[in-house]
Amino acid sequence: MKKSHIFYGIGLILIALFPFVTDNQYFMHIAILILYYALVSQAWNILSGYAGQFSFGHAIFFGTGAYSSAILLSKYNISPWIGMFIGAIIAIGIALLIGFLSFRYKLRGAYFSLGTLAFAEILRILVQNMDYFNKTLGILLPIGDNPWLFQFESRAGYFYIILILTIIVTVVAYLISKSRLGFNLIAIRENEEAAQSLGVKTFKNKMIAIAISGALTSVGGTFYAQYLLYIDPPTTFGNDVSISIILPAILGGMGTILGPFMGAIIIVPLGELTSHFFGGFAGIHLMVYGLILVLVILFLPEGLVGWFQEKMRSSRLKKEGNQNDITET
Amino acid sequence: MSVELFFQSLIDGTLMGGIYGLVAIGLTLIFGVMKIINFAQGALMMLGMYVSYWCFAILGISPYLSLPLSAIILFAIGMTMQRGILQRMAGAPDHNQLLVTLGITLFIENLALVIFKPDFRSVTVDSLPASLSFFNLNIHTTKLIAFLFAIVLAIGLFYFLKKTFIGKAIRATSINSQGASLVGVNITKINYIAFGLGAALAGVAGSLITPFFYTSPTVGASFILKGFVVVVLGGLGNFIGALVGGLLIGISEAFGGVLLPGSLKDLMTYLIFIIILLLKPSGLFGGKTR
Repeated sequence: MKKSHIFYGIGLILIALFPFVTDNQYFMHIAILILYYALVSQAWNILSGYAGQFSFGHAIFFGTGAYSSAILLSKYNISPWIGMFIGAIIAIGIALLIGFLSFRYKLRGAYFSLGTLAFAEILRILVQNMDYFNKTLGILLPIGDNPWLFQFESRAGYFYIILILTIIVTVVAYLISKSRLGFNLIAIRENEEAAQSLGVKTFKNKMIAIAISGALTSVGGTFYAQYLLYIDPPTTFGNDVSISIILPAILGGMGTILGPFMGAIIIVPLGELTSHFFGGFAGIHLMVYGLILVLVILFLPEGLVGWFQEKMRSSRLKKEGNQNDITET
Repeated sequence: MSVELFFQSLIDGTLMGGIYGLVAIGLTLIFGVMKIINFAQGALMMLGMYVSYWCFAILGISPYLSLPLSAIILFAIGMTMQRGILQRMAGAPDHNQLLVTLGITLFIENLALVIFKPDFRSVTVDSLPASLSFFNLNIHTTKLIAFLFAIVLAIGLFYFLKKTFIGKAIRATSINSQGASLVGVNITKINYIAFGLGAALAGVAGSLITPFFYTSPTVGASFILKGFVVVVLGGLGNFIGALVGGLLIGISEAFGGVLLPGSLKDLMTYLIFIIILLLKPSGLFGGKTR
């Protein structure tokens, strides 16, 4: 067992003990939001951070997850635990369709980003116009503190569920990053032609990446629906959703395992603080997010984790350099 | 669909299409010169709308008179954006440039939301008849004026780029910026001017639509997506193409609005976008592939 594993293990235990430290419902809410953003951003990270296919429309999968479980519960009385898996399967179907169209016709870089954005808008408009999805009114979920219905009396229940889900998603992302698939994805990100010429099946690998990313994002959508118990098209399929999924990974560091979590730890409290102190001004937290986005890309293009790694590397080099000086003299 | 309805939709679509074309021309100009997809174009247009709105609300000035002011203010904002932020982004990956302009958009839109509140505001032009009619067809006067302005501006810009020195320098930069700099074009300055012009065009478009479009902080979002569609449709750096693309989108939207229920007409735009993206992306959006 490596030293870093023990370190992460201790960190996890500390996080898991959080509900015992405080019974302040607001702090619990913040902790839940942090984990939830870490989850969806990590899911995005697999497709966009590792494989370099920059999706601007992850609300597609998020909304799919939220609506699948919500419809199954409110119309057919099917537990969201089952709905979550059905939602993930539907999300995989949509992901493969979008992936097939985009990758088959070689949408790259900004084209892929704009394409996913358009797909998200198409889904939003469709949902908004279909009676089956209750149009623009959205879906109000039946209330009851029955764990089988993915509802809990206290926030601690939600906390442990999202903690477990986030751990699962993070472990999946970690395993991918250490697997052949992960190396293939990074190769595709760095230079698709070169990867292909070395025998990497780029189309297949990208399809796998978008399917996994979509399925995991949809799980976040189901959790969101069950946590708020109300969903409507703009808050599940809207552009703001896609942006809030992207932001933690950008701030923390794209293509790193810790990045989405680090980003969420900063973004969520910051958003809550600005909303708290300037509560009278709608949209002020989005203004702050916009500012962060610009500043991070200007000054920390590799994100916090990337910046930290760079610091570590240069300080180690300096230390080694000093040692060399000593041995020389 | 009756003949009258057909022609009415055609006219409405064409008039609105001119405005889309104007927004897209600004996008095309910026993309052509700096290879940046400017997400903030819609937000800049919204600022132009507010310039005209406040001139109207406070001073009672018609939007057609405040139009130059809107152009000047937006030119300055565009130049500042290029100078302060985007200049540092030269050579950065596509998605980072897209993200920076997205961040700027978020900032501007929500700043407007904080300052101006989410109210829908409207400007009225009393001195003109609301609409002209002949053969049972109605033409909104303000839309017609906006359309004519858009055409005149597009032609004017076309000649500016063809005939003047700065125009030629802009075109040279967009074709090959290194080559242009070798023959003495000051690229930095050209970038400022190009971005300023692009932003000014967005501002003008904003001012022109205030008489028939509600002014609100989030109004730019729907225009920017249509702007992308039009740019992809019309071809990069191709001003006439952008105008034609704008007309196509405007007309398809007008027919969609008649034929499809609810807000499904917006679906037309995105479907066209995806089809074009899939079938003919790079050829229409410049030769840049990564």
